[in-house]
Amino acid sequence: MTEAARKRPEFRNINALSDLPSYRLPAAGWVSILHRVSGALMFLLMPFIIWMFDSSITSEISFAKFAAAFNVGLGFIPGWFMKLVALAIIWAYLHHFIAGIRHLYMDTFHAVTKEFGKSSAVATLVLSLGLTAVLAAKLFGLY
Amino acid sequence: MSVNHGSKRITTGAHYGLRDWLAQRITAALMASFTLLVLVQVIFTSGPIGYEEWAGIFAAQWMKVLTFVTILSLLYHAWIGIRDIWMDYIKPLGLRLFLHVASLIWLIGCAGWAVQALWLL
Repeated sequence: MTEAARKRPEFRNINALSDLPSYRLPAAGWVSILHRVSGALMFLLMPFIIWMFDSSITSEISFAKFAAAFNVGLGFIPGWFMKLVALAIIWAYLHHFIAGIRHLYMDTFHAVTKEFGKSSAVATLVLSLGLTAVLAAKLFGLY
Repeated sequence: MSVNHGSKRITTGAHYGLRDWLAQRITAALMASFTLLVLVQVIFTSGPIGYEEWAGIFAAQWMKVLTFVTILSLLYHAWIGIRDIWMDYIKPLGLRLFLHVASLIWLIGCAGWAVQALWLL
């Protein structure tokens, strides 16, 4: 147990500016904090999400406005920026969804080994970022 | 007997932790199922999706009921998650109370708007 006996660095009153940038998170840590970040992002953008829902289903006229917001722009906001915001929501939803499925799976099957924690976290990051890239290409008309 | 009110009140043991934890998972499962349901209908729509096809997905009464359940699930799920964030990072009680109330107004307002849009369809 000589390894454990070695004095480990102790973090007290972690400073967001001087400590966090050099703090190396494992994959599961990234999934965890991004789960929170993506949830908060969707919370803040909720009026925009409901505006999309409202304008896309209410009438043909509102649907045309909805489509134009992304192709032409909305007021002084250019279309590409609207697409960028939509893409942020797409990433947030995908990450929150996949990380949530991981949570439910772990709760249901008591899958709490260190190995599974790491491999499922890596899978979550690869899947969510990969799907976001695929949908980004579609959103910006690459295919 | 020790003082158990005011600033000395013991705030643990109310047992709403497990209930909220469970509620967050059940509402998550409901919303995930709804996502897949909408996704399947989008994928199995033949041809390009215009207004008729898109609004048609939400037009049936059973779909409106399921969408309504999803909106309420989102309301509850997001409330638990955002409340957790304030409880973790915001220590001053007055500020935390203000943020709790602001979050509730934000969420209930959003839910009302979504329900209105759904039933005008």
